[in-house]
Amino acid sequence: MVYTEAFISAVKAIWAHKMRSFLTMLGIIIGIFSVTALISVAQGTTASVTSSIESMGSNLLTINIMDRRTSLDAKDIEAISELEGVGMVSPYVQSTYTLRSSISTMEDISTYGVNADYTKIVEYTLATGRELTDEDSDKRMRVAVLGSEVATELYNTADAAIGQEISIGGTRFTVVGVLESEGTSSSGNEDEMILIPFSTAQRMMKNTDISSIYASATSSDTVELAQENIEDYLYQVSGSEDNYMVFNQSEVLESLEGVTGTLTMMLGGIAAISLLVGGIGIMNIMLVSVTERTREIGIQKAIGATRKDILTQFLIEAILVSGLGGLLGLGLAYVSTGPLGSVLDMTVEIESWVVIVSIGFSLAVGIVFGIYPAIRASKLNPIDALRYE
Amino acid sequence: MKKEEAKVIIDIRNMYKIYEMGSEEVHALDGVNLQIREHEFVAIIGPSGSGKSTLMNMIGCLDTPTSGEYILDGISIENYTENELAHIRNVKIGFIFQQFNLFRRLTALENVEMPAKYNRVPVEERRARAVEALKMVGLGERIYHRPTELSGGQQQRVAIARSLVNKPPILLADEPTGNLDSKSGEEIMKMMHQLHSEGNTIILITHDNDIAEEADRVVRIFDGRIHEDKQKGAK
Ligand SMILES: Nc1ncnc2c1ncn2[C@@H]1O[C@H](COP(=O)(O)OP(=O)(O)O)[C@@H](O)[C@H]1O
Ligand SMILES: [Mg+2]
Repeated sequence: MVYTEAFISAVKAIWAHKMRSFLTMLGIIIGIFSVTALISVAQGTTASVTSSIESMGSNLLTINIMDRRTSLDAKDIEAISELEGVGMVSPYVQSTYTLRSSISTMEDISTYGVNADYTKIVEYTLATGRELTDEDSDKRMRVAVLGSEVATELYNTADAAIGQEISIGGTRFTVVGVLESEGTSSSGNEDEMILIPFSTAQRMMKNTDISSIYASATSSDTVELAQENIEDYLYQVSGSEDNYMVFNQSEVLESLEGVTGTLTMMLGGIAAISLLVGGIGIMNIMLVSVTERTREIGIQKAIGATRKDILTQFLIEAILVSGLGGLLGLGLAYVSTGPLGSVLDMTVEIESWVVIVSIGFSLAVGIVFGIYPAIRASKLNPIDALRYE
Repeated sequence: MKKEEAKVIIDIRNMYKIYEMGSEEVHALDGVNLQIREHEFVAIIGPSGSGKSTLMNMIGCLDTPTSGEYILDGISIENYTENELAHIRNVKIGFIFQQFNLFRRLTALENVEMPAKYNRVPVEERRARAVEALKMVGLGERIYHRPTELSGGQQQRVAIARSLVNKPPILLADEPTGNLDSKSGEEIMKMMHQLHSEGNTIILITHDNDIAEEADRVVRIFDGRIHEDKQKGAK
């Protein structure tokens, strides 16, 4: 009951100085807004990258050969695919080319040379036509499977692309298939790329070394077994642990989460500084307010207010200003998630823990920066306060 | 009722209040001894700067002396904590100031309610008591007015109502008519007499002889010392 009344009189006191209260609040509004918005953007980034990595299949293993002298060939690929725990294996080479159809041109499009299993390993689905086959690779066929955006850009629709000619860096290929849209991932826009047979690509790119391989484990339980076996095999082939790297998706995710976690902390930390500035603003105004009301405090004490009464009154006022500022900042962040999301091209959502932390923070700022002025007010000597003009 | 038999409620013994002003010492109170019994009506009179307000602030537990003792209702003030002193100011003493000291932002009713609020009186009862007190001072029709909408005399009556709301036995009035025209002043004095007749102990501070003469006992203070302490009719 006592607190309800203190609350009501705090509302009145804040209302009596509307403009000043609002300006004081502004620091907290901006602080909470930036904390919430930045953390949510960081979270959104993490979520979209994570989901695209997860969409590539949790059984995926990525193999990179770092040593130029270690040269793998088709037999090694065959051998790796025979290892226990390993399912499918596809080497890949990548380069960028200008693509041309009778209708349109696209520049700098990632072109992957892969074998038949690649689309299954990374879990792409075919929209129309057929996938690349072992025969395509064996015979160095000039056939291509297009990402969905490439198909629509060069042939208007996916279906229209099938059977059409495509010039890849000046070499003529035939379109045999088009993929479903996959969206954007850490490896770029997966709809704006094309796949061609590995052997064909090797020749085009004048690159006979196999330095990058995608493999899948037979199931999610055998990922580690497959990884160990591949590592053992590569050790035998290359002679040193430093010559190759084998990642599984959970490792990639972990290191990525480490990075985005740091990012979130950094952005949140920077925003927290603005909150600190807001808090100092509150302290400043509360000190002014205590001085202004010195005489009032004297009268209150003369008619029986205890230190605690005065302390509660000023503290509630400070908490109310910062709490209200926090709510407004949060509201502003909510309103801005839509526009922010569309500008950044991702889903920006304010998670409930961010809401709780924001409100907690703004209340804490009120307490931390309100307590000193409140204590000062409560400790005023009644007679000095009464004499104050 | 013989006044001499009433219990001593205020007992000030050899009290000094010394302010250091640079190298100089100001003896606002310079060895004051004063006993006031329950139900007395005492006027403390003296010229400006003689220490009247300082004395009243001591009696009202708003200030602490440099030395000396103050025994209120049988207990030395030194033994009280800050919280207990606040409680004494709240329920044992009603203050009436020369400058009224009302809260400008609050209505008459809210002003009068304040001491009851600090005494944790439930809202309903507090409101009823405040309305009653305002009626008693003749402001039953103006409970929702703010101080700025009231005359000086009316404001002082709100202040009196406020001093009464917790029904304290002692009323301390520091030049209550000092800022008022003579007619309003008379009304306030009439109210003081009425409150005295209802059993309150009244201590009135003034520099006006005519007003002092209305009290049953006149204490003259000069340069922080009591020069004369006279019961009416004793002569
Ligand atoms: N806070 C203070 N600091 C210094 N001197 C003070 C203070 N308060 C009162 N005095 C001095 O003490 C003396 C008595 O003051 P006061 O009790 O207010 O007198 P009165 O009320 O009789 O006019 C005066 O000389 C005054 O200047
Ligand atoms: Mg005075």
